[in-house]
Amino acid sequence: MPHDPRARIIRRQSWGDFHLFRFESPALAASAKPGQFVMVRTAEGTDPLLRRPISLHDGGDGWMEIFFRVAGRGTALLAERKEGQTLDLIGPLGGGYQLDGEWSGRKAWLVGGGRGIAPLYFLGRALQVRGARVRVFYGGKTRAEIPLAGKFRDAGFDVACSTDDGSLGYRGFVTALLEKELAAGPPAGLFVCGPDPMMERTARLAQARNIPAQISLEAIMGCGFGACWGCVKRIKRQDGGKWRKICEDGPVFAADEIIWDEA
Amino acid sequence: MADLSADLGFLRLRNPVLTASGTFGYGLEFAPYLDLNRLGGIVVKGLYYGPREGNPPPRLVETASGLINAIGLQGVGVEHFAADVLPELRKYDTAVFVNVCGADNEEYLRVIDFLEGQDGIAGYELNISCPNVKQNGACPALFPEATRLIVAAARARSRRPLIAKLSPNVTSIVDIARAAEDGGADALSLINTILALAVDLETRRPKLGNIFGGLSGPAVKPIALRMTYQVAKAVHIPVIGMGGIMNGADALEFMVSGARAVQVGTANFVEPGAALRIVEEMAAWCDAHGVARVSDIVGTLQA
Repeated sequence: MPHDPRARIIRRQSWGDFHLFRFESPALAASAKPGQFVMVRTAEGTDPLLRRPISLHDGGDGWMEIFFRVAGRGTALLAERKEGQTLDLIGPLGGGYQLDGEWSGRKAWLVGGGRGIAPLYFLGRALQVRGARVRVFYGGKTRAEIPLAGKFRDAGFDVACSTDDGSLGYRGFVTALLEKELAAGPPAGLFVCGPDPMMERTARLAQARNIPAQISLEAIMGCGFGACWGCVKRIKRQDGGKWRKICEDGPVFAADEIIWDEA
Repeated sequence: MADLSADLGFLRLRNPVLTASGTFGYGLEFAPYLDLNRLGGIVVKGLYYGPREGNPPPRLVETASGLINAIGLQGVGVEHFAADVLPELRKYDTAVFVNVCGADNEEYLRVIDFLEGQDGIAGYELNISCPNVKQNGACPALFPEATRLIVAAARARSRRPLIAKLSPNVTSIVDIARAAEDGGADALSLINTILALAVDLETRRPKLGNIFGGLSGPAVKPIALRMTYQVAKAVHIPVIGMGGIMNGADALEFMVSGARAVQVGTANFVEPGAALRIVEEMAAWCDAHGVARVSDIVGTLQA
C-alpha cells in the first residue's frame, strides 16, 4: 500500500534538533530498500502544504524508522508528534542503493553528514548481511550533530567521526578524513549521503581513484513520486545530460552520472 | 445517491472532477494510488512537439498554503507520448485531455496535427497561459487578440473539443474569455497559476532558478473563484474552474460560482488520491443537502 495515512509511532527518540521515529507499517517494512524514502505529511491543514521527503533509517518486522533534523516549520511540527500518534506517509519511494554483486569480505565505506546519515544505517545493515566489512565516516559541525555514532558502533560498524570544531573525532570536514583514509587503500564501494558540497567532494575523490560511488541526492519535492518534475538534477546517461527527477530516477545516482556545476 | 455527471455540451463526464495539467503527470503515475476509471477526466501534462528541457532548479518553493512552481513544462513530446503513454491511458475508461503547448502558434498546430491521428483523446486543452516559459510570464492568454487568433487557428485544425486555459495575470479576465469564445473555444478552464516571486532574504536572491514562478494551492482559491464567477457570467460556453481545490466543498464552491466542472491540481501532490476523495465528498454533500443532480447547483450563487 503506497499511501499509509495512519502509521502509528511506537517509539521516538530525540537529540536536540534530531529526531528518530519508529512506526508500524507492515506494507512498507515488507518492501522498503535502503536509500528509499517516504513523503511525510507534517501537519493537518494546508500550511505547511507539501509533504517532506525523509529517508528510511531502518526497518524490521512490521516497523520502519525515519531519522530527520528540524530544518523549518514543517519538520518542527513533525517533531512534536508523540508516541501513539500516527504519521501520514507515502512510500517507499525512489530506487535506493544498488547492492548487486559480491560483497562478502569486501570493504564498503559509508559517508554521511548531518541528517544525511539517515539512510546509511539501513544500508549498512543490508551490506553487513551480504558479508561486507562496513566502515562509516560520520561528520558534523559539532559533537551535537553526531547523535547516532554509538548506535552505528553497536551495530558492529567501524565508525570514524569528524567535527568542524574538533569536539568529536577528527577535526575538519568528513571528506578530509575520508581522503586521509583512502590513502591507505580504497574500498570496493562508497555510499554517500549528506549536504551537496560534501557529496560533490566525495564523488570527486571516488572518481579520481576509480572507486564506484553511489550518491543519494536531496531536493525540495512537490510529490515524491514523479508527477511534478520539481526535484531535478543534471544527470549524464547514454542519451546525454538531462534534468532527471531525483525522486523517481534517484534519489541514488552513480557519482560519475551527476553533473554538479549546474544548479 | 446524487447524479454527479457533468454536461459540457460537447461531452458528458462521469463526474465534474478532472485532474489539472502539470499536477497529474501523464496520469499513469497515479494508478497505484487511485482508480483512474472513476475520475471525471485527466488533463495530462503539457506537451510540446518535441521533448522539452524545462527550467533550472530550484523549481519549487512552498509559501503560506501555496506552492510556487517554475518547472518550465519539461516533458516528453508528442511522439513519445503517443508511442508509450497513450496506449496505456487507453486502457482506462476516463476522458483524456491533452494540454497542448507551443513556443509559437505554429507549434501548437503541429502538436494538434500530430495528435489528430491518435485515438483515445477526448479533447485538447490549449495551454496559452503557462507563466514559466517566457520572460516575465509572457504568454498568448495575456492579450485578447493573441488569444482569439491561436484559438481560431487550433479550431480550424481539429473537430475535437477545444478548451482554452486562461491566465489570471491580466487586467480583465472577461476580455480574454470572450476572445477565446470568439475564436471558437468549446470551453474555458481557469485559472492557470498566478505569476509570483519568492525571496531568500539572507542571500537576497530569488528562491527559484527561473526567478518567477506560478503560485497555486489554497492561497489562490478566492482569486480563482472570483474569476470563475466573472467569466461564467460573461460567456455562453462551459467554464471549468480550478485553483486551490482541496476538498469537495471547495469544488462545489466553484460550481456554485458558475463552473460546470472543476480541475484538482496541487492537492494531487499532497495526497495522490485527492481527486477521488473530492468526488466522494461532493456526492456526500449533495446527498446531505437533498441535491439530486450536482449540475443543479451550477451558477446558483446569489449575488
